[in-house]
This record gives sequence, C-alpha cells and structure tokens, in this order.
Amino acid sequence: MERERAMQLYYDMARIRAFERIVEELVVSGATRGLIHTSIGNEASAVAVCDVMEPSDYLLTGHRGHGHVLARGADPYEVMSEILGHQDGLCRGMGGSMHLVDMAHRTIGATGVVGGNLSMALGAAYSARQLGSDGVAVVFFGDGATSTGAFHEALNLAAVWHLPVLMVCENNTVAEFTSRHEHSVVDEIVRFAEPFAIPASRMVAVDAIAVREHAQEAIALVRHTPGPYLLELETRRLVGHYAGDPRRVGNVRAMADTWDPLLVTAERLKKEGWYTADELNSFVVEAEVEIRAAAAKAKAGKPASPHDIDALLSAT
Amino acid sequence: MIEGGLTSYSRALNLALAEEMEADPTVHVFGEDVAEGGAFGTTRGLVDRFGKDRVRNTPISESTIVGLATGAAITGLRPVVEVMFIDFLTLAMDALVNHAAKLRFMSGGQLRVPLVLRTQNGAIGGAGAQHSQSLEAWTAHVPGLKVVTPATPRDARGLMRASIRDADPVVFIEHKGSYGLKEQLHPDDGLVAIGEATIRRHGSDLTIVCYGGAVTVAGLVASDLAERGIDAEVVDLRTLVPLDISTVLESVRKTGRVVVYHEAVLRAGFGAEIAARIQEEAFADLKLPVRRIGARAIPLPAAAHLESAIIPDRAGVLMTILTFLEAN
Repeated sequence: MERERAMQLYYDMARIRAFERIVEELVVSGATRGLIHTSIGNEASAVAVCDVMEPSDYLLTGHRGHGHVLARGADPYEVMSEILGHQDGLCRGMGGSMHLVDMAHRTIGATGVVGGNLSMALGAAYSARQLGSDGVAVVFFGDGATSTGAFHEALNLAAVWHLPVLMVCENNTVAEFTSRHEHSVVDEIVRFAEPFAIPASRMVAVDAIAVREHAQEAIALVRHTPGPYLLELETRRLVGHYAGDPRRVGNVRAMADTWDPLLVTAERLKKEGWYTADELNSFVVEAEVEIRAAAAKAKAGKPASPHDIDALLSAT
Repeated sequence: MIEGGLTSYSRALNLALAEEMEADPTVHVFGEDVAEGGAFGTTRGLVDRFGKDRVRNTPISESTIVGLATGAAITGLRPVVEVMFIDFLTLAMDALVNHAAKLRFMSGGQLRVPLVLRTQNGAIGGAGAQHSQSLEAWTAHVPGLKVVTPATPRDARGLMRASIRDADPVVFIEHKGSYGLKEQLHPDDGLVAIGEATIRRHGSDLTIVCYGGAVTVAGLVASDLAERGIDAEVVDLRTLVPLDISTVLESVRKTGRVVVYHEAVLRAGFGAEIAARIQEEAFADLKLPVRRIGARAIPLPAAAHLESAIIPDRAGVLMTILTFLEAN
C-alpha cells in the first residue's frame, strides 16, 4: 500500500461522507423528497472494494448506494442532480437515489427491491465471460438481503455456472430496524456460502487499507478461478435508515471510535507515519469544499421536465 | 432454411431461434430443460448446433433466471429466457416487472434491455388450475413491456425473430394447445412486425377480436356463424402491447358489431382494455354494445371434462354470440 493510494482512499471516503451529510441536510430541510438512504458508516467498504475493480468490471448496488457509485467514479454533481430530480442527473432525474446508473463507469444498476440486484450481477458476469472479457461483477447488498430467496438462488447458480461475481454483503446487523437475530438463526453471513463451496470471508470494514488488501485477494480469486466469492464486511449504520430518520440503532456516538471508517482509517494512516492529523484534516476540508461546490451547482440546476420523459421514450 | 411441407408452431419457433442465433452470436437461450429440447420441443437441437455456452439449462429458479437474463441483456447479450408455464411467471415478476421493464426508463436511457421472455398460456385439458392460466393481462399492464401472442406457425416464427431483434423487453406468449398447429411456411416469409394485427377472415356482419389460443376457436366459430348466415370478420391482434387499435377500429366501422374474445378470465382481462378503447374511439359506429367473452372467474378444475364449464369452448362461444345477436 503506497502512501498516495492510502491518501486517495481516505480522501474518497471524506468525499462520500461530505456528500451524504449534505444529502441528509437537503432532506431534513425539505429541499428534496423521495426515499433516500445514506451510507454513512459504509465508506471504507465502498472505496476499498471499488479501488480494486478494473475498468471492465461491472458494479451493482442497492438502495444505500451513493457511496458505491461515487467511489466507482461518478461525478458528484451528476449524482446529486439525480437525487434532486434534475435534468443533469445521471439518469436524467428518472431514477433517483435508489436507482443510480452510471454506464460510463460500468455502474449498471442499483435496485430499490432488496435482493433484486443479485441475479442481474450474475447476468453481467455471465455476459462478460461470453463476450471474451475477464471482467467480473461486483454487487453490494445488506444483511437483510440474505433472507431473500434471491440470495440463495444466486449463490446456487453462481456456483453451478462458475460465475465471476464478488458478492459483498455490508452487514450492519440491522434490516431497517429489526436486528439480525430476529430474522435469521445464522449470525455470520459467510456461513451461507458453505453448502455451495463458495469461497467466503468476513472482516470488520472500518480500516480502508485493510479492507482494500482483503478485497484485492477476493477479486483476484473471482477473476481467475473464475467463480463467485462472498465477502462479508461488518459495518455499522451511523445514521437512521433513511435520510432524515431520527432513530438510531445503538449509541452511535459511543460507537464512532470503533465503527466510524474515517476515524479508524485516519488512525491507521497516522500510525503508519504517512500523514499527520493536520494533513488528514485538510483532506477532509478539501473534500467538503469540492462536494459543497458540486452540491450547490446541482441545487441550482434545472429540474427534469415532462418533455424529458417524452424525449426518453421516443429515443429508439 | 425451411423444409418443404407443413411446419408446426413449435418447429416454427425452433427455426426462428436457430435463424436468429445463426445471425447473431449474442443471442443466448436460457431456461429449464431448454438443452433437452424443452417441455414442448421448441428448443430441440439448438444445443447441438450452437453449443452449451449458448443454450443453457437452468435450475428451478425463475426469479434468478429472468434476473440473470436481464443482467446479461444490459451488458451486451440478447437473451431468450423461457419460463415454462406462464403460471410460474409469478415467481419471476420482480425480475420482469421491477427490473427488466423499468431499467431503460429508470436509467435515463443509459440501459437497454433486449430481452425476450418466452412463456406459454392456456388450458389443454386436465392440467389443473396452476398449469392452465392465461395471464397476459398482467404483463400488458406493465409499462415498459411489449407483449406478443402469435396464434399461427408463420406468426410465431416472424414474431420471434422480430422480438429477438427488438431493443426492449418482449413477453412472448405461446399457447400450450398451439404447438401442434401446422401451416405451410415459405423461405421468404419475413419478420412479422410487433404491433400489427391481421385479419384472419374477412366479413361484414360482426367483428370478432381475438388473440393467441382463441384465434383457432374463433375461426371455427366464424364458419359455424356462416352456416347461419352471419358473416364474421376475425381480427387476430397478434400483439397486445403495442395494440394495433386502428385495424380493430377499421373492422368495427365496417360491421358495427363487436365481440372481444379471449381464453383468459373475463374479469379484468385484456378484453376489457380492447372493449374500452373501441367504445372510446368508435362509439358512433357501434350498432350494439361491445360484448366480451372469456372464462369464468373460478380456478380451473383439474378434471378435463369440467374445463368447458369454466372456459367457453367452440359451442359455448357460438351460443354466446348467437344469444347476444338475437337479444339485440
């Protein structure tokens, strides 16, 4: 891990954090409507996994996907515009927060239906190989998705067809507001891989450097076997379920030292002797400035119009 | 390559699949038992010709099969995915309705889903309530899907080829009882355009609008009517979405009397959509109210001899039409 790459990871996490804080503000202030879920607490997972992807790989995510989409390279102005329902949004304002698609970076989908992205990831992996690329599909989902039939069907079919899919489960131990033990007797999601002989591992995803090293091994295995891999990343949701939701699961202030990826990764960078606290702070400030500018520009943008709907439908 | 002689509906589909797979290496076929030829023989021989990579058996995982096909469609392939019975489409509705149908729009046009979902409808005696349904109305109700219902071998071939070439998802609904139907095909039979109805029988007294499995019955009923001096015109819609309403209206303006007939349950069936459009757009040309014919809203009994109590057969359709014409 080079010092510069570590800084980039940290900076990208800070960008995501800044972005999501602004999204929370916009929702609370009533500047935007809709079903919006921020990913505060998942930043290390997003930047580390996306950093080990190749340009030819496909990314899919779910309703809590802003971080993934940004980490993969989407323009924050276009992501914010999409959340606001503006013309310059990634999806021309038609998809919104839960359905971000950014084809320029092979982010082929997010779904608002829990588990709905798993089978599509299998399809993307399948077509990559059929068309002669060594691309893989990376799909993010939460622990709640592991109760769906879609999850178990996907494990089975990925194993039978040797599909190169990196299945990344961000296990924050809570599905909306129900804790995991209320809807599953299986605490460790990696266990689900066992009957299918799918390689799997779990780790706490707060030190982005450590997550990246681990994700690199996992994706190499996926690419070269080829075959599926189930990567369970433990995180904690440091905010409510949806943007503006005042409810918290656990005492998030007390949890921050252990579970806030920015704090933990900062400690790692300092411990390695790579950056000082002041330098790290300046990265955070720089990220906030960048994101605030993009958000302000997005807010000032044109809302999507009914004309845009017709234009979309008539394109052949 | 068409062989001489009569070609069955299932063979016509087989030919269409082979023709498109030959022309375009991105066309892949998925489904339960497809490599074995399929439950009705439609995919027979394809795996020998095109290989296991392109003709793939799947586990019994309808939701994931259709989702996988969707994921493949948005990343460069043209999948033809089979759901063996439309009754099992219920298991794949999330993949079809929430994803395949919506991705083009939700992505602001970044994604296209050139997917064909092949399935089959209908009752053929004794298959029971879970293997005999006609659920085309469900798919017709979903924005983002095209729905085709070929009744004849020529149309099956032409519409399958057109569906595979379409850039958007097409639900291709075959009829269980039609696989053995035979028709003379010609090598220069071209594509049948999606969204075009056709007149099966020209007439001037009555319009019968129908599609899919009902078309054959409608043809027989038309000859029964002719024996009684009633000259019926049979309009085969061929495509439900997009609906070729102008061909229907042209017939309505000519005859002034319409019966809309399908095998599916009458209540909230696709016939209601057709009837509503006719009266909205050609009210002044109607001599009578539009009459619909369809199945009673009761799950189908398994005993084959009871089917006609639920799904009108030829005699039942004829009786209904005669009663309707007499009463008016």
